[in-house]
Amino acid sequence: MTNIPLGFGTPSRRQVFARSLALGITLEFAGTQVFADPLAAKRKLVVIICRGGQDGLSVSPPVGDSAYAALRGPIAIPGCGETGGALKLDETFGLHPALAATHALALKGEARIAPAIATPDRERSHFEAQDVLENGGTVAYGAASGWLNRALTAMNTRSGGPNSGVKAISVAATAPLILRGPVETASWSPGGGAEPDHRLPGILQDLYANDPVLGPALATGLATQGMAKEASAMVQSEMAAAPSEPDVMNGASPAPQAPRQGAADARKLGLTLAAFMTAPDGKQVAAVSVENFDTHANQGSSQGQLATRLAYLDAFIDGLHTGLGPAWADTVVVTATEFGRTARVNGTRGTDHGTASTALVLGGGLSRGGIIGDWPTLAPASLFENRDTAPTLDMRGLFKGVLRDHLGVDRAALDSLVFPESSRIAPLSRITA
Amino acid sequence: MAYDKDLLGSIAATRLGLGARGDEIAQASADPEGWLLTQVNPGGADLFRTDMPSVPERLAEYRQIGLARRQAQMGAATETQAPAPDVVQEVRRLIRENAGQDILSRLQLAAATNAPFRERWALFWANHFTVSGVKGITANLIGPFEQEAIRPHVFGRFEDLLVASSSHPAMLLYLDQAQSIGPGSPAATRAGRNGRRVGLNENLAREILELHTVGVEAGYSQADVTEFARAMTGWSIGTEREGADQEGRFVFRDNAHEPGARVIMGRRYADGGYDQARAVMHDLAASPHTAHHLALKIARHFVADDPPPSLTARLAGAYMDSQGNLAVLARSLITAPETWAPLPAKFKTPYEFMVSSWRAAGTSPGEIARVAPVMASMGMRTFAAPSPKGWPDDTASWAAPDGIIKRMAWSETFSTQAVGERDPLTLAQNALGARLTPLAAKTISRAETRAEGLSILLMSPEFQRR
Repeated sequence: MTNIPLGFGTPSRRQVFARSLALGITLEFAGTQVFADPLAAKRKLVVIICRGGQDGLSVSPPVGDSAYAALRGPIAIPGCGETGGALKLDETFGLHPALAATHALALKGEARIAPAIATPDRERSHFEAQDVLENGGTVAYGAASGWLNRALTAMNTRSGGPNSGVKAISVAATAPLILRGPVETASWSPGGGAEPDHRLPGILQDLYANDPVLGPALATGLATQGMAKEASAMVQSEMAAAPSEPDVMNGASPAPQAPRQGAADARKLGLTLAAFMTAPDGKQVAAVSVENFDTHANQGSSQGQLATRLAYLDAFIDGLHTGLGPAWADTVVVTATEFGRTARVNGTRGTDHGTASTALVLGGGLSRGGIIGDWPTLAPASLFENRDTAPTLDMRGLFKGVLRDHLGVDRAALDSLVFPESSRIAPLSRITA
Repeated sequence: MAYDKDLLGSIAATRLGLGARGDEIAQASADPEGWLLTQVNPGGADLFRTDMPSVPERLAEYRQIGLARRQAQMGAATETQAPAPDVVQEVRRLIRENAGQDILSRLQLAAATNAPFRERWALFWANHFTVSGVKGITANLIGPFEQEAIRPHVFGRFEDLLVASSSHPAMLLYLDQAQSIGPGSPAATRAGRNGRRVGLNENLAREILELHTVGVEAGYSQADVTEFARAMTGWSIGTEREGADQEGRFVFRDNAHEPGARVIMGRRYADGGYDQARAVMHDLAASPHTAHHLALKIARHFVADDPPPSLTARLAGAYMDSQGNLAVLARSLITAPETWAPLPAKFKTPYEFMVSSWRAAGTSPGEIARVAPVMASMGMRTFAAPSPKGWPDDTASWAAPDGIIKRMAWSETFSTQAVGERDPLTLAQNALGARLTPLAAKTISRAETRAEGLSILLMSPEFQRR
């Protein structure tokens, strides 16, 4: 899309905006025009933050890298075709066997990997690195707002003023940093809620009229609650229509009861988020957290601790994909983690905090291609500080590419507002077709 | 302090206590500082259970189930059957019975205590040294951890608290220290001969530096973390082989300790077995970085998300002057003028909200199976903080739309059960004292039912804050 010259093909919103600027059209007018573009208003983005430092070398094991098996020892994922082996992507990479649904998408060109991606943070601290991943800057605690919220600011300024247009939601009882900021967003998590016929919500809205925190939070919460009711009805019919239990483990030996239940819940969560996003006036942008990737000990290989978490992630993606239906074509999903883990297995059959990891990029409108970014290899000389997968791609480049080409955020906003002082980090081209 | 005593009494009970219970504000108002100062107990915080099984007992129970699970898995491998579901049930039962009872007892103490500042202070330190139940085995050890390593030391020396936390089996398991083995130690050499790979795990060493003591701003490097992890090798948990008196307890295992001197943050530590890491902890506890890190965290927790720098400086000074005496630190917080700012700047966490609700209603939680899911729905699964950093306590983390909806839903259910024949406006005056605003009072007095009145109190802006 980025390479279409002006005047040919269907212009992107960004191009419409650029042209309207060139013609001296006011922002408001451009906003109306842009907002009236039915395609643009349908575009969706889901960012899944995998917290704890997700082991990229297990998400997309480079089974074809000659150094991989020796570095990993007992936690190496077996080669493609072997028992419990990686699900093949190309001659070097596979996907973890628990990522069966993701792999099925990859075979259709609807999922790709960025296997050596990192934030600008090199401290290997969970909290600092998560903060940098979410605040969009280069240092921890450098901003009180998240880059995804500031991207909404950029999109909404374009489409007609703050707090109009694009809506966003986090799947959590509390808002993660990535979505905190000036643009009001919703948050939702499964479980109970107020009945609309009760008096209390109305009484509290009056009581909160002058409360800058509780007033907006309650209003948003009540609106989301109403939406959740509709979404839940849709999910019920979806679950009824779906095959009994999705084979998320792809024929692997039966997982214990608890993880399988977790995967079913995750799939339902994905379906519900999809319902939120496809509802009339639904959410275009969502942030989701998946936790417990900090596998210092006994992380397992094809099965085990990490496999259980990946099966959960895969089931969530599967639910989201299924629930979005035709809207999948207009959706990009990105997974990201604060850092990868050490290339070598440690003394406790786990891995310690590392540097680069894998991001998954999924969606019905991806452009075809191999891995995103370069693979530095795991050769001894290539390891970062002789311990970690070396980063070859700044995570901000991937996010910028998606925001620009998929959601039409312009470069100037990306370089300053969304990712401050990042003009030397170019948006990655050709992620979406 | 220029504010009137009624307001100060209500601040003492709500901001520094756990929310007023009964006529607590009236009691505190006579001498707000004195009421708090008498709660500082150098002997430690209160224990929530006197009948708690020991760590070795709980580890033994867990091992039994682990054994059963392994047998079931072997069965599964040969007969391609899923593990017997009762294994999973057994683990769930264990967590329900042990951790469930621990959590319930802890909540009941908070709901009933006459020394609520003492309890809040203990909860602060328990969160500072978070052990989370997200790793199955640790869930059952958090109760003993808090009672053995945290509560006895919260008004003692910080150094003792640090050592007690860092050597408790719960922490050693949670942050993987128990299995960390010096690569140059005899234990590693022997394991190597047997074809087993063992080695260093830097998890606990890193979190001690980053979270428990000096904080990231102290500017240590990856090399410092690794060196500290080497110094800590040998800090572990006794096994069956080491005898019944050692099993499930802290041991220093000399043959797993990495030999040699270490350099950490510019200081050299001669090899001295257990004493090596102990000496590092002594220096960490004495560091001005630790003083500042703790002072800022306390000021943030008790007073404001963005506390006055003068308060942080005052607390850090009290810490340094007293060589890390936490009773002195608590008294410094109580007597600081910044602590008594009239407007409530802190938004309650779900735990604080529920505890203060029980206190306002004069009730106590009866069944953990009813309480735990509610707190989880509000985003705070008790004994299961998302990371070693513990729970956040800032407004942005908790005042999210979904969280407010969940609080409102619980308030309605709770009020219906708890209000009885009592007048909600009286409950509001007792719960908030001079902090009750005319608007909230008017709204409560216009409620259609007593239960609705109590719900409005619990959801009022002044009750949600402290």
